[in-house]
Amino acid sequence: MQSTMGDYQTANTLETFGFLPKLTQDEVYDQIAYLIAQGWTPAIEHEHPGNSTSTYWTMWKLPFFGQADLNAVVEELEACRRAYPDHHVRLIGYDNYTQSQGLCFVVYEGRA
Amino acid sequence: MAKKYDAGVKEYRDMYWTPEYVPLDTDLLACFKCTGQTGVPREEVAAAVAAESSTGTWSTVWSELLTDMEYYKGRAYRIEDVPGDNESFYAFIAYPIDLFEEGSVVNVLTSLVGNVFGFKALRHLRLEDIRFPIAYIKTCGGPPAGIQVERDRLNKYGRPMLGATIKPKLGLSAKNYGRAVYECLRGGLDMTKDDENVNSQPFMRWRDRFEFVGEAIQKAEQETGEKKGHYLNVTAATPEEMYKRAEFAKEVGSPILMHDFITGGFTANTGLANWCRDNGMLLHIHRAMHAVIDRHPKHGIHFRVLAKCLRLSGGDHLHTGTVVGKLEGDRQSTLGFVDQLRESFVPEDRSRGVFFDQDWGSMPGVFAVASGGIHVWHMPALVTIFGDDSMLQFGGGTQGHPWGNAAGAAANRVALEASVKARNEGREIEKEARDILTEAAKHSPELAIAMETWKEIKFEFDTVDKLDVK
Repeated sequence: MQSTMGDYQTANTLETFGFLPKLTQDEVYDQIAYLIAQGWTPAIEHEHPGNSTSTYWTMWKLPFFGQADLNAVVEELEACRRAYPDHHVRLIGYDNYTQSQGLCFVVYEGRA
Repeated sequence: MAKKYDAGVKEYRDMYWTPEYVPLDTDLLACFKCTGQTGVPREEVAAAVAAESSTGTWSTVWSELLTDMEYYKGRAYRIEDVPGDNESFYAFIAYPIDLFEEGSVVNVLTSLVGNVFGFKALRHLRLEDIRFPIAYIKTCGGPPAGIQVERDRLNKYGRPMLGATIKPKLGLSAKNYGRAVYECLRGGLDMTKDDENVNSQPFMRWRDRFEFVGEAIQKAEQETGEKKGHYLNVTAATPEEMYKRAEFAKEVGSPILMHDFITGGFTANTGLANWCRDNGMLLHIHRAMHAVIDRHPKHGIHFRVLAKCLRLSGGDHLHTGTVVGKLEGDRQSTLGFVDQLRESFVPEDRSRGVFFDQDWGSMPGVFAVASGGIHVWHMPALVTIFGDDSMLQFGGGTQGHPWGNAAGAAANRVALEASVKARNEGREIEKEARDILTEAAKHSPELAIAMETWKEIKFEFDTVDKLDVK
């Protein structure tokens, strides 16, 4: 009789949402809408997968202060990915009240 | 003209019941639930509590006339009915700030919950809440790091953190213990935890545990690309021994220590918090023994007071109960003291058991820790109740998974992230819990099996200590 017990393979998971299937375009859109509705500032960072554990990733432009247009954020995410196809690209929501990030997750994974 | 000395016994209320008094912004305010002996008037009971917890004694003494008692005395300034209770009442007492040493919750508690609790004119006495003036708060060290700094150090954003207490709580060898830690961390937990009574017993001495756990953390970090930690419990018989263990915890690379703040005591806790601040270490606080003090609805100290004192003494995480798990905890009351841990201002709200406005100023926040008898089915409720600034700990709910710790950890991580994602999408995740988890389990056999394993487990007993509301 074959065992029903499975084997869990360790995964490189890149923190928040790393255990979910990659978010679809619509799902990413929902998260951007949430971030903006919270009053946070969207920002984009990218980094080569080999350096993904460093605290600082490279900023894509400046945070998009005052940006309320979801499509503009999506376009910036895509522009960043086109410019750095090998890099991880993450979306951040800067919360200036807590001086923290209300949201941060990797939208596109670069080829390792 | 100076007062004359008049020896003898006066009624407390002549001096300590001052209903016309308007509390100062610098006063420390307290609310006690008092149950007096039959026949003793409320005002006399309230005044006795004010006197015995500040400057007073049972008899007039001549040396009172050498100081300005009007400046130093505590005052009972208000009495209120307890809703739905005829035998007890609330007494509000104001204490001048100069009655207390700066930066010492030890000194505050020794006055407020000292001899007065054994006072014969009282049948029961419970300290319900303290309003610490901002002037006093600024003298306290508070959390070594705080929520914001911890998130930055550990790179955890936009969600609660996930942990587990290693089980069995006692009896494992250090190497086997490290194995259990490693499996949890590689599976997706952010941190694991020593149980409160894991110190340095014969079966696993502290130094061996720290070494193996340190290796487990490093390996899990390398393999997952995520930041990991394990709360190494440094609670010990003496402060000297605690500092020795703390030094070694830092050496093996753990980002966080742990202390049992009630059994260890506030003096030990404040010292350890200062050490952590100086050494860049986080401090996790367990509350073993709290229920002895806070569970009886008419006697003792409410946990919201202990939580406030801990935030002042110092800690980056504090256990708060789960509301939904195996341990006691009313939802509104829990939310009331969770606010006291995390917010910079908490307004009076009797529906949450908050008796005073509390201004915390710039004091860093403390993560609320929900731990005890929780599993994947509780996840949407926990995310709703505790929000992102929390640490959700699944001990049995991780290590009881049929495939082991790593799969159990992954199941919890998937359930957590699915709940957070759905919340952000605007879904009512408590109501839609079944749908959200079922959907997520399609991509995670680990979650599907966890849901099957724990589908029948509930902890539905009524709360013993209820809020006093109609």
